[in-house]
Amino acid sequence: MVTNPTEPVSSMADVMPAKHSVPQPLTAAGPASPAVPAAAGGTVAFDIQNFSLWYGARQALHDVSIQIPAGYVTAIIGPSGCGKSTFLRALNRMHEVVPGTRISGSLKLFGRDLYGPEVDPTVVRRRVGMVFQKSNPFPTMSIGENVLVGLRLNGVRDHALLSQRLEESLRMAALWDEVKDHLGRPGTSLSGGQQQRLCIARALAVKPEIILMDEPCSALDPIATAKIEELIHQLKGKYTVVIVTHNMQQAARCSDKTAFFYMGKLMEYDATRTIFMNPANPQTEAYVSGRFG
Amino acid sequence: MTSTHTLEPNPAYQAWRRWKSRGMSLLLGLCAVAVISPLFLVLYFLIREGASALDWNFFTQLPKPTGETGGGMANAIVGTLMLLGMAALIGVPVGVMGGIYLSEYGTERVNYWIRFAADVLNGIPSIVWGMVIWALLVVPFKTFSAYAGGVALGLMMIPLVMRTTEEVLVLVPQSYREAGLALGIARWKIVTIIVVKTALKGIVTGVLIATARIAGETAPLLFTALGNNFWNHRLSDPIAALPLQIYNYAVSPYDDWHRQAWAGALVLMGMILGLNIIVRIISHGHKSN
Repeated sequence: MVTNPTEPVSSMADVMPAKHSVPQPLTAAGPASPAVPAAAGGTVAFDIQNFSLWYGARQALHDVSIQIPAGYVTAIIGPSGCGKSTFLRALNRMHEVVPGTRISGSLKLFGRDLYGPEVDPTVVRRRVGMVFQKSNPFPTMSIGENVLVGLRLNGVRDHALLSQRLEESLRMAALWDEVKDHLGRPGTSLSGGQQQRLCIARALAVKPEIILMDEPCSALDPIATAKIEELIHQLKGKYTVVIVTHNMQQAARCSDKTAFFYMGKLMEYDATRTIFMNPANPQTEAYVSGRFG
Repeated sequence: MTSTHTLEPNPAYQAWRRWKSRGMSLLLGLCAVAVISPLFLVLYFLIREGASALDWNFFTQLPKPTGETGGGMANAIVGTLMLLGMAALIGVPVGVMGGIYLSEYGTERVNYWIRFAADVLNGIPSIVWGMVIWALLVVPFKTFSAYAGGVALGLMMIPLVMRTTEEVLVLVPQSYREAGLALGIARWKIVTIIVVKTALKGIVTGVLIATARIAGETAPLLFTALGNNFWNHRLSDPIAALPLQIYNYAVSPYDDWHRQAWAGALVLMGMILGLNIIVRIISHGHKSN
């Protein structure tokens, strides 16, 4: 395993570097151990209060308050344009690639403000990894190079560590057995489902504590989708996973908690079972039962 | 009037359609031939007139003094390669970095004006470049020089390289940049190691096309590199170049020089054709990836 899964998140210093401007060296010891729900006793990964986001004049998120638990899988559902992808991207400041965005409210990761003036978004993204809707392995790189690019470009030179991370990440992404004999082939030579698992391995290699997934299966066939969902199950406990999905069965199958977004607002957030079986909000009920969206 | 929407066979209408189709195909085919035939025309004349003067001496010897026959353009061939090298030293880094700026960093407003300026620069007549560099680099140093020629060609290269670099960088999908950002990789590393590397073949293609484009320029060299009947030993001295030599020989009254001018044009054309063939090979490899 990556790190000792029973090791609790003991302090803030474990999960956030003391100085954000200095990238934490990615040594063999790695950054903090990923949070584990049982040991951490209900640690909150993301504590978000009254969070709003604007693209220029258009408000995409309205006053969202939500607490996302560490070590669990949280699904974000809602109709197209409801702000769920925007919300996901705000969790690692990826929305900032769009010029003219503005936020208000607070978004804390393990108690530290992600939007504080001293926080380097590059460091945030090293700790909050992301997997995208469309698999995007780098076309100029081999399978192995794709997995290790995050480490290499962040200055890791230690060959023993790199090869260890390579195998570890590919095993965790359930891809090792399929690619171990041809790690030198281009990443783009793999099938769609394999490419997406390669991207997951690439995200895991830098040892983030959180994995954000933006509709990771929407471009995959059912068999590849099943593999990714199985993988999400494996990640549970070791990582905090936040997954945006259009597929409600997927949310029901994979997640522990589900948040329903509608028109930029968080309508309801509860245990997945409750959201699907006994939602409090009539709009949630209408959406999960397929009456709109 | 027969309806065209009926499913009933209508032989007359179908025959008319067939003839119309044949006529249009023929017309378009003729236009396609008209597009490529000038190339063959150029090659035909160059070979017919110049091939007889192309011998080993042409590539190894200096021009003979006026009145003597024989000799070659070795100094002009080397001079052209040196001028292109100097131009590339200026045009490639500035052009590529400008293209990177436009694609990766510039804001909409700034980019608008940079693109506008680049397009205007592309449209500046090459004789104007020659005059400006003459005023800037020839007059103050009181001598024509290889430097001045290289700078004139290099400045012409910048907007060409910049726009093609920008175009190929914009084609790199945004998702690769996002993947890099999501791994916590610094922006400049994403740009240089991921984005530029992905588009490298396109950038190289653009550089080669720009080089081919300026290789035959004569006007910017007339008042800068000037030309030279001997080897150039210092870059601060005038230097020979194929287009200049062709020009000088073509306007001379000697038959032997005329033939040599044709041969020089054939060699220059061969260099440009060669560059374009390399471009083809590179961009073909690009597609198959």
